[in-house]
Amino acid sequence: MDKTYLETIRNSKPTQFGILLVLFFALYHLVPHNDGNYLWRLPSLLKGIPLAINNVIFSALYDWFPLKVWDPIFEMYEEKAAFREFTKAVSQGLLFLITFVRELLLGGDKIIDVFVSDAWLKENEWLSWPALPWTAGAVGAFILGYQLNGIRLGLLGGIGALYIAIFGNWVPSIQTLSFVLITTPICFVLGLSFGIWGYLDKKVETALQPVLNVMQTMPQFAYLVPIIALFGLGDHAGSIATIIIATPPMIRNTILGLKRISPEVVEAGLMSGCTKSQLLFKVLIPTARRDILNGVNTVIMQCLAMVVIASFVGAKGLGLNLKIALNSLKIGKAAEAGLCIVIIAVILDRFTKAWANKPVDYFENLTLFERHRSLVIFGAAILVFSIIAFIANGYFDKINYLYIIPIEKGLTIAHYIDSGVDWVWDTFFYTLNTFNKFLLTQVLGPMKKAYLGMPVISTFTLAMGAAYIVGGLRTGLIVGGMLLFIALSEYWDRALITMYMATFAVLMASLNGIVLGSIFGRSERGSQILLSVCDFFETFPSFVYLIPVIFLFNITDTSVLIAAIIYATVPATRYTVWGLKSVPLSLHEAGTMSGVSPFQRWTNIEIPIAFPTVMLGVNQTVVFSLQMVILGALIGTEDLGQIIFGALSRTKDGAGVALTLGIFVSLIAISVDVIVRNWAEDRKKALGLD
Amino acid sequence: MSPTISCSSVYKIFGGNAHKLLEENDGRVDAAKFQESGCIVGVNDASFDVNKGEMLVVMGLSGSGKSTLLRCISRLTEATAGKILIDGEDICLMNNKQLIELRREKMGMVFQNFALLPHKTVLENIAFPLQVKGVTTDNSIQKALEMVELVGLKGRENYFPRELSGGQQQRVGIARSLAVEPDIWFLDEPFSALDPLIRKEMQDEFLRLQSVLNKTIMFVTHDFDEALRLADRIAIMKDGIIEQLDKPDNIVLNPATDYVKRFTEDVPREKVLKIESIMDGVDPNASSDFAISKSEIIETVAEKILNSKEIIKVTDENNNIVGSINPSKVIKVLFGG
Repeated sequence: MDKTYLETIRNSKPTQFGILLVLFFALYHLVPHNDGNYLWRLPSLLKGIPLAINNVIFSALYDWFPLKVWDPIFEMYEEKAAFREFTKAVSQGLLFLITFVRELLLGGDKIIDVFVSDAWLKENEWLSWPALPWTAGAVGAFILGYQLNGIRLGLLGGIGALYIAIFGNWVPSIQTLSFVLITTPICFVLGLSFGIWGYLDKKVETALQPVLNVMQTMPQFAYLVPIIALFGLGDHAGSIATIIIATPPMIRNTILGLKRISPEVVEAGLMSGCTKSQLLFKVLIPTARRDILNGVNTVIMQCLAMVVIASFVGAKGLGLNLKIALNSLKIGKAAEAGLCIVIIAVILDRFTKAWANKPVDYFENLTLFERHRSLVIFGAAILVFSIIAFIANGYFDKINYLYIIPIEKGLTIAHYIDSGVDWVWDTFFYTLNTFNKFLLTQVLGPMKKAYLGMPVISTFTLAMGAAYIVGGLRTGLIVGGMLLFIALSEYWDRALITMYMATFAVLMASLNGIVLGSIFGRSERGSQILLSVCDFFETFPSFVYLIPVIFLFNITDTSVLIAAIIYATVPATRYTVWGLKSVPLSLHEAGTMSGVSPFQRWTNIEIPIAFPTVMLGVNQTVVFSLQMVILGALIGTEDLGQIIFGALSRTKDGAGVALTLGIFVSLIAISVDVIVRNWAEDRKKALGLD
Repeated sequence: MSPTISCSSVYKIFGGNAHKLLEENDGRVDAAKFQESGCIVGVNDASFDVNKGEMLVVMGLSGSGKSTLLRCISRLTEATAGKILIDGEDICLMNNKQLIELRREKMGMVFQNFALLPHKTVLENIAFPLQVKGVTTDNSIQKALEMVELVGLKGRENYFPRELSGGQQQRVGIARSLAVEPDIWFLDEPFSALDPLIRKEMQDEFLRLQSVLNKTIMFVTHDFDEALRLADRIAIMKDGIIEQLDKPDNIVLNPATDYVKRFTEDVPREKVLKIESIMDGVDPNASSDFAISKSEIIETVAEKILNSKEIIKVTDENNNIVGSINPSKVIKVLFGG
């Protein structure tokens, strides 16, 4: 070949991508589709992995490190595996803590039961902790909000609590809240410790990175079966699942915050003669305070996003109610429970953000009473409302509405929602159905077929080729290795279905995000409004997105995809706005002075500069889409998610299957991430952006 | 009296195999050659002393290794090779505990970007070195209040760093570094992040403080004029090597290398040189009306000398006549030729 051709190919990435695509389609059409052909499908050599994982889990639980444990019932020593004793202790500890907080707020005798004998408790019926009246709870929420950031936050807390109580969701909400209140501190301590460790020791950080990547991209469902195997069912199992999901962002935030500290501040600490621990606790952590507290905020949001999923392993509360309502197709009930989760999420989100940004006044000169005024008022409120509620005992005969409004007796608009849905259903049935059918037969169906008809060799050529062009040989091999792992399993076809759904969702969400971001993100005010809309949507637990779409489009790929698109549009929009904001002012001025039209400004200045950032958003979109697509299994899709979900009922090898498939999903996400991130960073460097 | 700071053959080379390379080359470091093997030379064979109460200004452009040298001496980075003595003790051999002790008792440091703790107020920032040392809150706050007054920030004790201007923040940095009453004071480009007018004001303030406190100072700057204004002696660095270390007027009069010359060329001599560097021997014909001190900067007495039109007597600190000055010499300095 002519030397100049080679030169052109070497220097032009678009040309390289062009050649790659030609190669891809050539292979696509040339490779015959038959099962014996390894270019078409690889043999499932790694079939045994799920079972192997399973065996490890069961050996750990029953065989390894036997300990002699005293059995008080049979009065003899029994051999028990150390690991199982450990998981048991963890379960019991967590369960105790959650129950403790729950009973503190809702009343009950389970905690008292721990300390006294059953018989004695039965004899003394009065021996039960009284519930906190919801009225006092609402006042408490108001006072806390008011203390943190004034009257508006106070009203948010108070009215939110009022709504929850009057609509009869007080009990499940408090159950969910107690779950969050116990889980969050554990995630905080774990995340902070690992974060600090990672910051102090480069090796630990290097080891943590891939683990965190996998943990953060793995579908939440994948953890559930192993957790049931290890810890059993119950609130504690839900809490453990949540800890696994919510700790990684806390670790990342901690490391990020600590790394952002200017080296001079560290030096200043050293030159002040700090010891290692003084440096850590008096200089590093307080300086990184804001990032660390933002981490706490993320943890809380993750906890709430997990409540529905946690209910699959036995966590009580709003999540369980939502799940039950969804299972019996009661859209109104589901929407109400979902709304309560959103309300709690919004309240906790605003509260923690206010707390993170609240300046500390060291020189307030207050009396003891002034300092604890809110606490005193809160105490008084509890007292007053308890007395009122107690007196009211005589007035109400069965249910004391001043303590707790039970869910059957609360106000409800569920039937309005139901009839609203029915109306939409009746009125638009034809339209929706036509649209749904059109999408399924004309777009999704063919797309799915095309993905499934893709020979394994062409998939690899495309993915590894793109990785190679973007990041060199090493990146190509990494991506290839990760995909190979999936291709050698028996689930490649399922993975292809997952990829097709994710691809569709990513394309649509990115398009939405870029269009929305470009329209609103060009003015300061517009971008502010758009970002707060994003904030709002982000506080929705992922599950909530599924409720409306199921009822509009039934249980089809369409519903899942629409939910995924809406869910994933948020990061795409956010990053587009950030990207547009990163365009330097001087460049805008240069454009204006060159006399560009708004459209020319968009195509010639804004998009080129913002594009790397936009692509990072697309990257996030991939993770979000995958999460939702897998979540969609809950309502019935036929991709990897369905098997992960199905594993919940497979006791023999369920844990292994779920973990393996979870890792597959995470490998797909990481492969995309490797390619996109490499590209975006190169591009940013080329554009001279930071 | 032994010098307060004494460095001999200090090297700082960044890179994994720095020690090996240094040994192989027997201490003769060729920056280009080292760079090929993946090392970056920060400080290359630095040897010098700083005496008690003296101010050594280390001057160099960015990347010259001046800040690295300062950090080797405060052991914020470990020197690759060489000896660094503080009051006769080799700090490179100190263990962590001794080092913390040394910093708590003897050292203070001011940073280019102030490096204040964002979560602490002015007062708490200043009291911080005392508090980590274990001084009681009352005493440390008391001392911090004195420091606030010393640097002229009275009334702003309870401000947070973000509420202060750059100049004010650096005053806090200075106060903090002085709170433990250190003997040795390190300043790493303390005024570089400030506006020119504020910088001038802070330099004056700094000179006033030094005249009261009389610390042993290592001051790093990239500004040659600042170095001339402040220094007892100046060390000029380039690529990790100290090109010249001398008194300001000697550097201006006799630049050792072409590199140094490029800085001195544009310096107005009359602003740097003292009478003693241009005076002649004792002249019996000198007018006896008045005499000037040999340590005056030429610019400050030029008008006086030129007005008299005669040869003038020059005296030393004890008013002994040590020489004479001819107005023509002053004209030469002022107008060249």
